[in-house]
Amino acid sequence: MQKKILLISRHAPYGSSTAKEALDAALAAAVYEQSLSLLFMDDGVFQLLKDQQAQQINQKNFSSILAALPFYDIENIYIHQESLKKRIIENKDLLIEHAAILTNEQISTLLNDQDHILSF
Amino acid sequence: MIFSINVQSPPYSTQASYTAYRFCKAVLAQGHQVHRIFFYQDGIYCATRLAAPPQDELNLYDKWQNLAKENEIELVVCIAAALRRGILNLEESIRYQKDAHNLAEGFTLGGLGQLIEAAVNSDRMVTFGN
Repeated sequence: MQKKILLISRHAPYGSSTAKEALDAALAAAVYEQSLSLLFMDDGVFQLLKDQQAQQINQKNFSSILAALPFYDIENIYIHQESLKKRIIENKDLLIEHAAILTNEQISTLLNDQDHILSF
Repeated sequence: MIFSINVQSPPYSTQASYTAYRFCKAVLAQGHQVHRIFFYQDGIYCATRLAAPPQDELNLYDKWQNLAKENEIELVVCIAAALRRGILNLEESIRYQKDAHNLAEGFTLGGLGQLIEAAVNSDRMVTFGN
């Protein structure tokens, strides 16, 4: 049985392992052939910034994992507009081009539409 | 209703994992089922058998084990998260040539697929921590 699962990632890419382990869970869900959507909000939008230099703190670069998402058939990627705005991040700063940027109202529709929400 | 629980916080430093435990108790008391409790991120520290809290304090480690035993609930610990943080069963301690293993009885190591499988086969998946 296929269920609609939304994974919400709300933490910055480095400084804690939460964002990394959220993406690991997303990839597992994709392998399990569930209908998976991914929503970046709050500090989670920092994961999407271009020009990350993770090697300077001996971490794996997020951008390469994010770039791999389409290969796992994770194509429903959403970004919370207000979170971008509050952090003064513009579209041109984002490394993902195929994501939909959603208003608060659209987010609440997205949440209502799911069978399960996994929050990270 | 069938519930599954995703525990992402450690047993002592924050309250979330104890709240998860209390939530499970409440769910069961109301006649619902708990399909699986999955420990991920720092939640995996709930599965150490080496913690020794003072006797007059809450022993959440024992509580998880008793809950699972009495209600036949699976306690699954994410293997990738556990290996990174030093929670190993006998098999993994041999594989990685470590001189000890510390996964508590009643817990099993499993893949992230089991978190997703739990969601698929439950009416509700509730996350504690984060």
